[in-house]
Amino acid sequence: MPEPARVALLVTCLVDLFRPSVGFAAVKLLELAGCTVEVPAQTCCGQPAYNSGDKADAKAIARQVIAAFSGYDYVVAPSGSCAGMVEVHYPELFADEPETLAKAQELASRTYELVAFLVDMRGMAAVSAQWPRKVTYHDACSGLRELGVKQQPRKLLVSVDGLQLTEVPGAEVCCGFGGTFCIKYPEISDKMVTDKAADIAATGADAVLAGDLGCLLNIAGKLSRRGSNVEVRHVAEVLAGMTDDAPPIGLPTR
Amino acid sequence: MQPTSHSFPENARAGLADPVLQQALGLARTGFPQRRLEAIARLPEFEALREEGRAIKDHVLAHLDFYLELYERNVTASGGHVHWARTAEEARAAVLDICRAANARIVTKGKSMVAEEIALNDHLEQNGITPVETDLGEYIIQLRHEPPSHIIAPAIHLMKEQVADAFRGAHTELDPARPLADPRALCDEARTVLRPRFLSADVGITGANFLVAETGSSIIVTNEGNGDLTQILPRVHIVVTGIEKIVPTLEDAATLLRLLARSATGQEFSSYTTISTGPRRAGDLDGPEEYHVVLVDNGRSALLGGEFQDMLRCLRCAACLNHCPVYAAVGGHAYGWVYPGPMGAVLTPALVGVGEASHLPNASTFCGRCESVCPVKIPLPKMMRHWREREFAWKLTPPVYRSGLKLWAWVAQRPPLYHALAGIAARVLGWAGVYRGRFRSLPLASGWTAVRDMPAPQGRSFQSLWAEHQRRAGKAR
Repeated sequence: MPEPARVALLVTCLVDLFRPSVGFAAVKLLELAGCTVEVPAQTCCGQPAYNSGDKADAKAIARQVIAAFSGYDYVVAPSGSCAGMVEVHYPELFADEPETLAKAQELASRTYELVAFLVDMRGMAAVSAQWPRKVTYHDACSGLRELGVKQQPRKLLVSVDGLQLTEVPGAEVCCGFGGTFCIKYPEISDKMVTDKAADIAATGADAVLAGDLGCLLNIAGKLSRRGSNVEVRHVAEVLAGMTDDAPPIGLPTR
Repeated sequence: MQPTSHSFPENARAGLADPVLQQALGLARTGFPQRRLEAIARLPEFEALREEGRAIKDHVLAHLDFYLELYERNVTASGGHVHWARTAEEARAAVLDICRAANARIVTKGKSMVAEEIALNDHLEQNGITPVETDLGEYIIQLRHEPPSHIIAPAIHLMKEQVADAFRGAHTELDPARPLADPRALCDEARTVLRPRFLSADVGITGANFLVAETGSSIIVTNEGNGDLTQILPRVHIVVTGIEKIVPTLEDAATLLRLLARSATGQEFSSYTTISTGPRRAGDLDGPEEYHVVLVDNGRSALLGGEFQDMLRCLRCAACLNHCPVYAAVGGHAYGWVYPGPMGAVLTPALVGVGEASHLPNASTFCGRCESVCPVKIPLPKMMRHWREREFAWKLTPPVYRSGLKLWAWVAQRPPLYHALAGIAARVLGWAGVYRGRFRSLPLASGWTAVRDMPAPQGRSFQSLWAEHQRRAGKAR
């Protein structure tokens, strides 16, 4: 195992609000990978403002994140979208402010998406979890195309005892969430997530996993509206063996 | 054409509700990406070629004035004429003048998006000249009096039944009982009708995929050979194209051609790649007597040196349309003007104004698939974001959305307040959702719950649980 490391968890606003179990699964996985995990006080990475063209607020929130996450060896997020915001877009945001740009680049250089971090930086090759399900994995867009998260989750998933991984056609096609897109253009978003849900259902998988809660809420919401029984979960919950701690997304706790 | 980009949401709704369009898009959605994937798998250096292609276009854009003047000198030296058009109006006037000087009555046309951009057909018709589209897709939409819905497959929104209807409606001289059920019959009929038009046309108008500065040549690619018949048979050949189509050398054009067809249709090369240099020379067996190039700016030079300059690298291959999930959902007409999909979402606001086209750069999930397949690596999502930044700065963003965003951002910059509110929201929504796990409807989130359930939060925010967890761990130690 690599050197012990001090990791700050960028838990993401959606996990914070909707699904703390993903945060605890991330903590467990990071600890298994030899990290000490801390959670600096945080709100959001600023994507809603950034993607809406509100650069001033995006910068103010980014400055807050840069300050809150300074001094750790690594910053890890259970989301390709939020990790991508920090890794790719913070430096773009401060392109014309040299002093903050240096800090943004420094933060970007030690920020990672959770599963990519476990595999690429901590050398994790297998997990000791068990989950007897036929599972398909949806490649959330930012993680896939901004950060190259593709093989890492699959590598760990196939090591889960009892888990059978099956590929869904169009795994790399957007589910139609897109942050505020799904509210601004609900009919288009609906068409996209309807196609996605149909593709997932057609695989005959028991469960669909992904690494981004936004996409998962969207997909889970559509599958349950269709009356589907496909379980929807964040990949971290399965890899951490914590599927008993919380029901699938959209199902009741009792 | 009058843009209807401001009605994008309504246009999109119409597209989503159109069963023919949905059937047609369903076929295209998997076809184009699969063929591209197979084509680039057969070319190991494809990624390196993309870098090379980008470098060629960036070099040209950095020295555009130099290459345009060199190109003009070489066109003139080969006996051709270059006409500079600052606006669509000047471009239309230049074409009309050439047609009038040639006493043209019938003009054949190869596929040209710039001709669509400057609304050339309407202008010619209004002046007593009959334009005949010779690309099969363009011919079909000309008969149907509608704009193209895709930049390389203009009639992609139609199935063969609509094509048969259009032919029966237009070709009234043919036997009404003829069978038109299969694509072969449709092709044959188009050929039969178009052949005499090719032979009787006075002027042929084409676009250009590339203009070669060192030789003064224009290059077009087609799969139907219609472009060749359009530019070789009539007395006069007019090339109408944008100033950004220039490349320094034939080698550069060859590099970009290797990218173009693979990205567009998944072919190694288009069926016909034709290089034209000047009019017919003494001893040539064929070719036009006159060769004209109308170089259209129409807003392009204003993009030089700014945050949208990269857009001028565009080869018009349509890979971004073919891989866009939003385009695949709503089709090209929803975008309301000439250029749809991601490239249209960046280009249309620049050419018709961001007030008219404000929706287009917003109608993207930023999934990034367009940029990942662009043969010249145009950062399309980034440029759509730049348009959103301008819209926000110019207060074009809808007021409700804007104030909601501002309020959220204000709270997000006050962590203690944010945590308190997130805690309350998690508890309230979590409590309400505890027995069902999801909401079928939620006030203030009807855009979401109209079409899908809203999974309920687990009941506590992570940060409050984590704080508790830390306190317990502290006591345990």
